[in-house]
Amino acid sequence: MHATGLRLGPPLIAFAPADAARSAPLLSPINRRRLKVFQGNRRGVWSLWVFLILLAVTLCSELVANDRPLMASYKGELLFPALIEYPETKFGGFFAVTNYRDPFIADEINANGWMLWPPIRFSYSTVDDALSVPVPSAPSWLQSVEVRCQLLPQGVDDPNCSLGNFHWLGTDDQGRDVLARLLYGFRISVMFGLILSFFSSIIGITVGAIQGFFGGWVDLTGQRFLEIYGAIPSLYLLLIISSVLTPSFWVLLGILLLFSWTSLVGIVRAEFLRARNLEYVAAARALGVSNIALMTRHLLPNATVATLTFAPFIVAGSVTTLTALDFIGFGLPSGSPSLGELLSQGKEYLFAPWLAITSFVVIAAILILLVFIGEAVRDAFDPRKTFAVRL
Amino acid sequence: MTEPLLSVDNLQIDFQTDDRIVHAVRGVSFDIMPGQTVALVGESGSGKSVTALSVLKLLPHPAATYPGGRILFKGTDLLGADEAGIRAVRGNAISMIFQEPMSSLNPLHTVARQVSEALVIHRGMNRAAARVRTIELLDEVGIPDPASRLDDFPHQLSGGQRQRVMIAMALANEPELLIADEPTTAIDVTVQAQILELLLSLQKKRGMAILFITHDLGIVRKMAPVTHVMTEGRIVEQGPTEAIFANPQHPYTRKLLAAEPKGEPPTTDLAAETIVSAEKLRVWFPIRRGLLRRTVGHIKAVDDIDITIRRGETLGVVGESGSGKTTLGRALLRLVSSEGRIVYIGRPIDKLSWAGMRPLRQDLQIVFQDPFGSLSPRMSITEIIAEGLGVHHRELSAADRDARVVRALTEVGLDPADRHRYPHEFSGGQRQRVAIARAMVLEPKFVVLDEPTSALDVSVQAQVVDLLRDLQRRHGLTYLFISHDLRVVRALANQLMVMRNGKVVEHGPAAEIFAAPQSDYTRALMAAAFAVEAVPSAEVAQ
Repeated sequence: MHATGLRLGPPLIAFAPADAARSAPLLSPINRRRLKVFQGNRRGVWSLWVFLILLAVTLCSELVANDRPLMASYKGELLFPALIEYPETKFGGFFAVTNYRDPFIADEINANGWMLWPPIRFSYSTVDDALSVPVPSAPSWLQSVEVRCQLLPQGVDDPNCSLGNFHWLGTDDQGRDVLARLLYGFRISVMFGLILSFFSSIIGITVGAIQGFFGGWVDLTGQRFLEIYGAIPSLYLLLIISSVLTPSFWVLLGILLLFSWTSLVGIVRAEFLRARNLEYVAAARALGVSNIALMTRHLLPNATVATLTFAPFIVAGSVTTLTALDFIGFGLPSGSPSLGELLSQGKEYLFAPWLAITSFVVIAAILILLVFIGEAVRDAFDPRKTFAVRL
Repeated sequence: MTEPLLSVDNLQIDFQTDDRIVHAVRGVSFDIMPGQTVALVGESGSGKSVTALSVLKLLPHPAATYPGGRILFKGTDLLGADEAGIRAVRGNAISMIFQEPMSSLNPLHTVARQVSEALVIHRGMNRAAARVRTIELLDEVGIPDPASRLDDFPHQLSGGQRQRVMIAMALANEPELLIADEPTTAIDVTVQAQILELLLSLQKKRGMAILFITHDLGIVRKMAPVTHVMTEGRIVEQGPTEAIFANPQHPYTRKLLAAEPKGEPPTTDLAAETIVSAEKLRVWFPIRRGLLRRTVGHIKAVDDIDITIRRGETLGVVGESGSGKTTLGRALLRLVSSEGRIVYIGRPIDKLSWAGMRPLRQDLQIVFQDPFGSLSPRMSITEIIAEGLGVHHRELSAADRDARVVRALTEVGLDPADRHRYPHEFSGGQRQRVAIARAMVLEPKFVVLDEPTSALDVSVQAQVVDLLRDLQRRHGLTYLFISHDLRVVRALANQLMVMRNGKVVEHGPAAEIFAAPQSDYTRALMAAAFAVEAVPSAEVAQ
């Protein structure tokens, strides 16, 4: 056939040792072509950008939604309360932790300087005690100014009757701002998903690589073990373990890791089984290259493609698992900003649709973005697609 | 003058890749008369297969486009025909046989079902009638006892039988034109000769026309009275085959005809020291059955073979696929486990562990058949060649290593300036040179060459053969040259070993065996290879 590249070979990823990087191009030609295909998928590129921006914003949640000012000037001293803890005694109070929303402290600071607040003046755990309606309360823009500010000392004219104290998406059943909880919840869910996928991949790739590379009895034993292990009803076991151990971010991560690492073993094993018979691997063997070098230099890049292709879907799966556990109350410790918990509140308070709708929209958005990115990555690594897509 | 059956008129085919347009065929015209055999000859990338595939519009759309030209079959333009129109022609008036008999049959359907499919679709036959006709067809293509093979699956047939079934499928509707796209490239020479005989006799009997696509000039001479030589998407020479062979006009045709591997193998020096020897070398693969995976028998890939190779010699190992010649080469390098004594310059190596073998690996190298598969697509040429240096010469600085890579590339006739490029930017012949450089950079003493020329075009084959001989002379190398191609072996090997089913059929000085083969099998092999003749002998597989 004349069409170039029909002989592309297996999909692979660049491996560039440092000493060759000098005069070799940064990306191997295959990767440049993949990048091009990825960029050709507009939906995937848009999803990636939206996701990255959301991630960047939520990573700085402390600067976006916080119950402490970003900056303050007090008696000529420049303070950064959002980043540094100052005891209340500094401002003439008694407690070890300063509540900047307390009218007493706020007046004291404003009298001796100024405060610069973030756009949302609530953190995920801040309870708004100036709420004039029963919780969960509706978004502030559904209420008139009079109702909204009636509990403030000066009513409508109070300086705190401002957009900064708006509950854009209402509050939950404890008077905490939903938008602030969403920001922190998005961050914790996505970070959880990413970290879980990272560790699952490391374990899964290692196990799959060993099985696929050595084959024979190692592979056979591993496969049977995985089959039995995979037959364990993991959800119930998760429930039991998480009711015994005190759940925290890392404990939960460890528990979920017990079951999620198996997802990659199969593909990596298959890639290794296939690739260890490739002629260039045989050639490297004949050169006397060691097993470790064979696995990392020649075989792992093959498996990397399969892994990368699956990665967004694994992240999405991890997010879903965490949300599900939170939803039934076995997830993150209570008080943590969690999308699952918000969702279960939405189920509880059907008369407060802002809870259910917002949590649903955010969870759906995360999953949709990840799946779109995953699709684009998958297409970019598909050797047949590479030539079919017209750019 | 009769009307031509098929008339290809100024055909042009473009392929759209993501950043450019490849002009695969640039204005090809030829006619095929009813009952005539026409050959399209060319090397890979010449556009011959693409031309043949477009007759039935089998090219992928929209990647392939036709900027111009017509393909007239009995006066109707096939290029302009719609999907329904072309389907009525496919497998009916025009049918096709493909190169790869392993993959062109559906492994999940029986022979009967695949052959009768065309009968049911185009003839509207019922199952029973189609079955009867299928038996006739299988008989016609020379499958013994066809009725008993009807319910066999493709994996139960040999390569030659599968190709016969393919031909039966193609003949089912008595086509007026048969397109044969390299029908014998993937099968052994002795079987190839039988298949060609079959095609010739069928053509004579049925009076159908054949468009024969091949790269093998020997086959053209046997099969087709009219030949078109293609290169780079154009027909550069056409005419009666005998005239072209006797008096080629175009430089490309001359080059193609002159591309036979030539030259003298090294001389035999009985006093030279023995580099590699093996006694009773045996590689048996166990056949395991049942729940407990009991060993019920063995596949004897290499069965008690004695071998001695002296310094500076080339031992040619020939045999058809499955004869165990590749396994023999790998067993000598301890790449597959084996039984029996292997000695490398006085030192037994058959008991060494994998780690114990490692220091010896730089002396014992191998070059593989497929230059596309044997180079990692994600490593640059430098990285590929320097990989062995990283194992055996860790002490080398980056600059020294680079210098050795440059020297190795120069030695195999490649431009060292290209060393940071990736394998896919090189042609098949260049890649094979890279694979040779990878072995040579370690300055080995003994090199196993496992069909290093089989995947290459004929003109490139000759160059690689010259290169190998040149390297051998310069460095006093010892070769084990594995091939099924007797012409290449004749140009390289001074000792010859003919293998079949893991056993040695004949062994001795190459010149003597070529001049006077002792065994029937060797004689059949040579007749098939040099004269493309089938030998009616029980010695040859079906």
